[in-house]
Amino acid sequence: MMLKMEGVHAHYGHIHALRGIDVEVQVGEIVTLIGANGAGKSTLMMSLFGNPKASAGRIVFDGEDITRVHTHEIARRGIALVPEGRRIFPRMTVIENLQMGTAHADPANYAADTARVFAMFPILQERQAQRAGTLSGGEQQMLAIGRALMSRPKLLLLDEPSLGLAPIYIRKIFQIVRELNRDHGMTILLVEQNANQALRVADRGYVLQHGEITLAGTGAELLASPEVRAAYLEGGHA
Amino acid sequence: MSAVVFARHAMTPAERLRDAGWVAFVGLILGIPLVGLTTVDVGGRLGVETRFGLLAAAVAAVFAGRLLLRWAIDQARNRKQERDRASTATAADRAHGAQRVVNVLGWVALGASIALPIVFSDNRYVVDTATTVLIYVMLGWGLNVVVGLAGLLDLGYVAFYAVGAYSYALLSTQFGWSFWEALPVSGALAASFGILLGYPILRLRGDYLAIVTLGFGEIIRIILVNWTEFSNGPNGISSIPRPSFFGLDFTRSAPEGGQTFAGFFGLEFSPMHRLIFLYYLILVLALLTHAFVSRLRKLPVGRAWEALREDEIACQAMGMNTTNIKLSAFAIGAMLGGFAGVFFAARQGFISPESFTFTESAIILAIVVLGGMGSQMGVVLAATLLVLIPEFGRNFAEYRMLLFGLAMVLIMVWRPGGLLSHREPTVHLNASGKTAATKEAAR
Ligand SMILES: Nc1ncnc2c1ncn2[C@@H]1O[C@H](COP(=O)(O)OP(=O)(O)OP(=O)(O)O)[C@@H](O)[C@H]1O
Ligand SMILES: [Mg+2]
Repeated sequence: MMLKMEGVHAHYGHIHALRGIDVEVQVGEIVTLIGANGAGKSTLMMSLFGNPKASAGRIVFDGEDITRVHTHEIARRGIALVPEGRRIFPRMTVIENLQMGTAHADPANYAADTARVFAMFPILQERQAQRAGTLSGGEQQMLAIGRALMSRPKLLLLDEPSLGLAPIYIRKIFQIVRELNRDHGMTILLVEQNANQALRVADRGYVLQHGEITLAGTGAELLASPEVRAAYLEGGHA
Repeated sequence: MSAVVFARHAMTPAERLRDAGWVAFVGLILGIPLVGLTTVDVGGRLGVETRFGLLAAAVAAVFAGRLLLRWAIDQARNRKQERDRASTATAADRAHGAQRVVNVLGWVALGASIALPIVFSDNRYVVDTATTVLIYVMLGWGLNVVVGLAGLLDLGYVAFYAVGAYSYALLSTQFGWSFWEALPVSGALAASFGILLGYPILRLRGDYLAIVTLGFGEIIRIILVNWTEFSNGPNGISSIPRPSFFGLDFTRSAPEGGQTFAGFFGLEFSPMHRLIFLYYLILVLALLTHAFVSRLRKLPVGRAWEALREDEIACQAMGMNTTNIKLSAFAIGAMLGGFAGVFFAARQGFISPESFTFTESAIILAIVVLGGMGSQMGVVLAATLLVLIPEFGRNFAEYRMLLFGLAMVLIMVWRPGGLLSHREPTVHLNASGKTAATKEAAR
């Protein structure tokens, strides 16, 4: 078991954003989380990072309880987040951005890790001296993923990686997700609005609604489920 | 490439004439009472005289001026657009070129600042003003860590300057500490105040941070004014000992058992010796500050400051401890401000809370912003300008501050990103295309 959330609640002041979440991620799996805007998907990911801290329930990562661990400690234990909206460091160059991803990693791995990221995203190598803020949206997303991979995480969290991208880039991003999982054995938790494609790459999926998990199953099961079809697939999301 | 059409800032001649005509019309309306009519003394009575010739000239000048100004603005905009459109490759080249110019400028400035007291060895005013410039350079570099690198808007920086100055003043007058003994202790004290301020405001950003730091600066000053037993209140502290040159004093006659600087080197006594010594002292302190900050910028802590400025959430996701990053920025910025304060107290020989008002914070912040947030060389240029403009402005008496404000506005219009807004990356590409962290501190 890589990750287990048991009855997790989270609050932003008075807003009760997560109401008893149970989610499991096994080693080597791609798990996707779908849900409407404001359902609490980003909150769920951030609560894994302790920002906001879970107000009740338990989060176990890699056999250790991380519910009360400091935010900056959690990344060190092997979780990397590609946050919603990329959040690269715009005034820093591409290579500096990648370097920031290794803030807590062994410097000895730096060269090998950069090479690995460049092999995965050749465009980043071409643009390595460019200011990250001047990259295109798709390139920025690749940079955000590359930066997260620099720390050699055990679990990769992707929050809406296809947000605002053209179809060709979306396809590319999903292809990367698949490759990371298949070729590098990366365990991935993926949040997506793009339910159709997300469920296709995922081993399993959860549907989140108003801070609660309302449906769970394999990707194929959810794709076939009438509720999911009605709410997330046929409304133009496909 | 899509065929994006960039709107050129070009007006037809008719539009230009109409635009200028409108402005001239406004000028005419305003000008009738201001220029067109004037009061004269007609045999003891007040009479009105018309000056329509002058008014016509003024309106014509406004018309021509407006035409010219519009044209100049459009030219500038178009040039800028042209530049922005240039490909990224040339952008990188240009950035490289800009960096070279800055480097050369840095060496020239260094050479000039070393030579200055030799050239002006008997000009008290020049050496004094240059010393003031260097104090502001040092303060600017200190605040640059907090505002320019870590992106934390601090409006109360003068508080740390005050802590440094008062630490030295009290340690030396009450306990007989020498300058060199007091310097590190005062710096450490200022750093602790930095952390003290840092803690409560860890969660604040932007405007809120600015307000709280502003309050902090005022609190320190008000304590200094009111806690008379401690700080001697508004009267300040006087007879603060001057630093000595390895134990040699800069006095006319030697203290018992000691020697004077002039006596030791067999020179004739001159009050300029001390001024020049003070000048070189602050020059060395400033250069050490520069080396220290440039070095830090290339270390993980410095890069973490910059990352924090860019995006706090991303920093957390990268496993950075944002609490420590912020506190270290505050502490180091405060320490550097404290050092500058020690020097200030030692140079003046007298300090009072009046030297540490909000205006001071504002000027230091202006130096950082005008210099181009984060740029070390920019701080030097801005500090020089901001100290020299009021000096030159002395001829303009009461218009001095007006001139000062105008200059600041013009700089920001001309260079919205600050004088030197180019940010030098801390990681460079070497010839083989591989990356390497720079070893030497770039200037
Ligand atoms: N920092 C915050 N402070 C207060 N409320 C917040 C904060 N972040 C999120 N919320 C609230 O929590 C709820 C869940 O938000 P969340 O960002 O997790 O939604 P989401 O599922 O990621 O939506 P989207 O698909 O639009 O990204 C929303 O009602 C939102 O308004
Ligand atoms: Mg979200």
